[in-house]
Amino acid sequence: MPNTTRRDFLQLTGAGLVLAGLLRGQVAHAADSDIVTIAYNVNLPAWDPTVGPSAVNPTIQAIYRAVFDQYIGQKPDLSFEPGLLTDWGWNADKTKIHMTVREGVKWHDGSDLTPEDVVWSLQRAADPKTGNPIQSVWATMENFTTDGQTIHADLKSYDPTLFEWMAFLTGYVLPKAYYEKVGPKGFEAKPIGTGPYMVDEFQSNGFLRLKANPHYWGPKPAFQTVVFKFVLDATSRVAEVQSGGSDVTLQIPYEDYDRLTKGGKFSGTCEPVSDIGMIFITNVEPLLDKNVRLAATHAVDKKAIIKRLLRGYGVPIDTLEAPGYAAYDPSIKVPYDPEMAKKLLAKSGFSPEKPVKVKIQTTRGYMPKDYEMIQAIAGMWKKVGIEAEIEVYEIAQHFQLRAAHKLAPFAFYNWGNAIGDPATSTGFAMFGPSSNSAWKTKDLDAKIAPLWGEKDEAKRIAGWKAVDKYIAEEGYVLPLLQYAQPIVFRKGLKVTPNKSEALEPTLIAKA
Amino acid sequence: MTAVNLLTRLLAAALTLFGVAVVTFALLRVVPGDPIAMMIGPGATKADIAQLRANYGLDRSIPVQFAIWLRHAAVGDFGTSISMRQDVTHLIATRLPATIELTALALVLALILGIGGAVASVLPRRRWPGTALETGNGLLLAIPDFVWGLAFVLLFGVAFPVLPISGRVDPSLPIHFATGFVLVESVLRLRFDILGDVLAHMIMPAMALALPLASVILRSLRGALETEARQDYALLARIRGRSRLQVVTGEVLRNAMVPTLALTGVQFTFMFGGTVIVERIFGYPGIGNLAIDAIINRDLPLIQGLILTFGALFIVINLCVEACFVLLNPRLRHG
Repeated sequence: MPNTTRRDFLQLTGAGLVLAGLLRGQVAHAADSDIVTIAYNVNLPAWDPTVGPSAVNPTIQAIYRAVFDQYIGQKPDLSFEPGLLTDWGWNADKTKIHMTVREGVKWHDGSDLTPEDVVWSLQRAADPKTGNPIQSVWATMENFTTDGQTIHADLKSYDPTLFEWMAFLTGYVLPKAYYEKVGPKGFEAKPIGTGPYMVDEFQSNGFLRLKANPHYWGPKPAFQTVVFKFVLDATSRVAEVQSGGSDVTLQIPYEDYDRLTKGGKFSGTCEPVSDIGMIFITNVEPLLDKNVRLAATHAVDKKAIIKRLLRGYGVPIDTLEAPGYAAYDPSIKVPYDPEMAKKLLAKSGFSPEKPVKVKIQTTRGYMPKDYEMIQAIAGMWKKVGIEAEIEVYEIAQHFQLRAAHKLAPFAFYNWGNAIGDPATSTGFAMFGPSSNSAWKTKDLDAKIAPLWGEKDEAKRIAGWKAVDKYIAEEGYVLPLLQYAQPIVFRKGLKVTPNKSEALEPTLIAKA
Repeated sequence: MTAVNLLTRLLAAALTLFGVAVVTFALLRVVPGDPIAMMIGPGATKADIAQLRANYGLDRSIPVQFAIWLRHAAVGDFGTSISMRQDVTHLIATRLPATIELTALALVLALILGIGGAVASVLPRRRWPGTALETGNGLLLAIPDFVWGLAFVLLFGVAFPVLPISGRVDPSLPIHFATGFVLVESVLRLRFDILGDVLAHMIMPAMALALPLASVILRSLRGALETEARQDYALLARIRGRSRLQVVTGEVLRNAMVPTLALTGVQFTFMFGGTVIVERIFGYPGIGNLAIDAIINRDLPLIQGLILTFGALFIVINLCVEACFVLLNPRLRHG
């Protein structure tokens, strides 16, 4: 091209590069075997895993666990394992605790993890000023002393779930020296932890790119780079994996899960997780009548709901303890029996012709088929003599109404319990003084109260099972189902499902 | 527009923003949904909740909260986001460029499609091409932006996967620009690889936002062009031997654009509202996407800051439209 000017050349080059840029990308991630891209269903609002709403969001824990380590680790089956603590326990009378800190662990900036980091993290979590949402759990410890790698502390009160919390919400170890040097804002801008991945690039609402931590103390992750794309719309997440823009996605409609995994191009898992659907019952009229409560619980065909609305993904439950939880008791049954429901209602003077009227609140679209489930339940109730008026509310309203004890007589909700302990499911959901409970009566509180400080573990678990049985017999709550978490991934990958719902990058490997 | 006029407009804008701030502040505290309730863990006690309320200043009376907020807002400090733990001003400043670039691209696309379509529809002598275009335009007008967004995702993301579905830029691209205006800066830095990638990410959301506006422009401009084309000056130009295309583009279009411009300005402000859902669908990190997160988390300082930002954008756009209006209309320019 003898007449080509510099301007022509630049224009041609620019146009070529723009075109190349426009057409790139669709195959970039999947083709690179050292990168895995996850189309993720929630945004990461903030990096400090111990404060703010994200600290108590179970889904975000997957990202936190990639960057930070917890005091105690948790396997995908919810059993506990050493984390940054290699040993832990109580003294004989359970007034003191001891914890041994793992040696040879490095922060992402290369400095050493010390027992002081652990003590500082525990004290910080217990400090009301920091805004830890469950500060009272951490505040049960005091008078920390260190002896080499071992930490000792006194207990103000005994909490049997204390060590379980160390693997749960806000139970993360943060870097004392670094945090004090950069402050909260500096930490948000450039967070460091001891976890298997280091933050490489973060664009809130856009993406998060993580690089493998070369000094990680645990098993080496399968991928050098992990990209979380924050794609909050379920349709777009499905499209992300279909187009090859992402390798893995989760929390998609069950219909799409079936379509993708049966199409041959994708694999998937859809296993039960530690999240249940339930209906809170508030101790107000007309539910002070035991017959009405029990009729409501016996009139619901949970198996049909799971089969027809959730395409069979889910496990019916009769207590707030799902299979796999420490106090799960399969012998406690609340069978589907519409005839029994009719008889119970008849005892109180109600029938399909003369129904008892009641309000039920539900979210719509917050959980899979939540509104549709409540519609189906209202239909089942109508057949036996309960006429339910459905009110749709936002999840923020639910929290506020529940904390103020102002929920409608029935209120749908989902309850996560990633440590599987009865205290964090039946306990907080049903104990009257708890800000999370809806049913508040002295008979139930009297049965639950002694269990909070029960030091004999076998006796404690047996006690919670007895409480669950009592709740089922009295109809104080309506447990519906244990959710299953749909995860879809491209062929060539292997994803280990995590019962805690946290899709941690370390659980993704090459097949 | 005289200096007095400009001053009056700015004063009115400040008063409007103050009104928006007062109404928003009051409404946010009246509607159900408590930001603290959103962060209560399963083990939180009543004391934990009270402490959290105190930490965020929500234990004080609403007038006191408003006075504190207003004092800080007056110097550009909108507080700290409850959910994201960053300065609201900083958060909005980092996200706003993405939304401005997206809406600007959408506006350009809407103008090209709308003006091009309107001109094309009045050129043919026969009536049927115009009628066909009008019918097609009715379809565009009837479909909201988010439906276009979903349709584009399925069409160009899944059926014919030629465009990326989510985000603003490929996560593997190392971008360390000085500003958030990635599109503009990539041009200035001659980084055409980044420009191409950013455009590829923006084209679907921008088109989803542009199509409804394009149809409004087309319908309004087509009517104005037909009216103006019947005026004496247009007929005279035809008699002088100028082609139909030359008359429409050279003589008629400028006059016909004046009412269309006013309408476009109003519709453009609505387009910012449309970004809320469209950015969500495409995982685009702008203030629309941020607004949804803020609302879900009941992040009061962030919602407050975002509403004021949207309000300020509306005012600025309207001022710009008025300025363009004056430039295009000689009667206004010369008093």
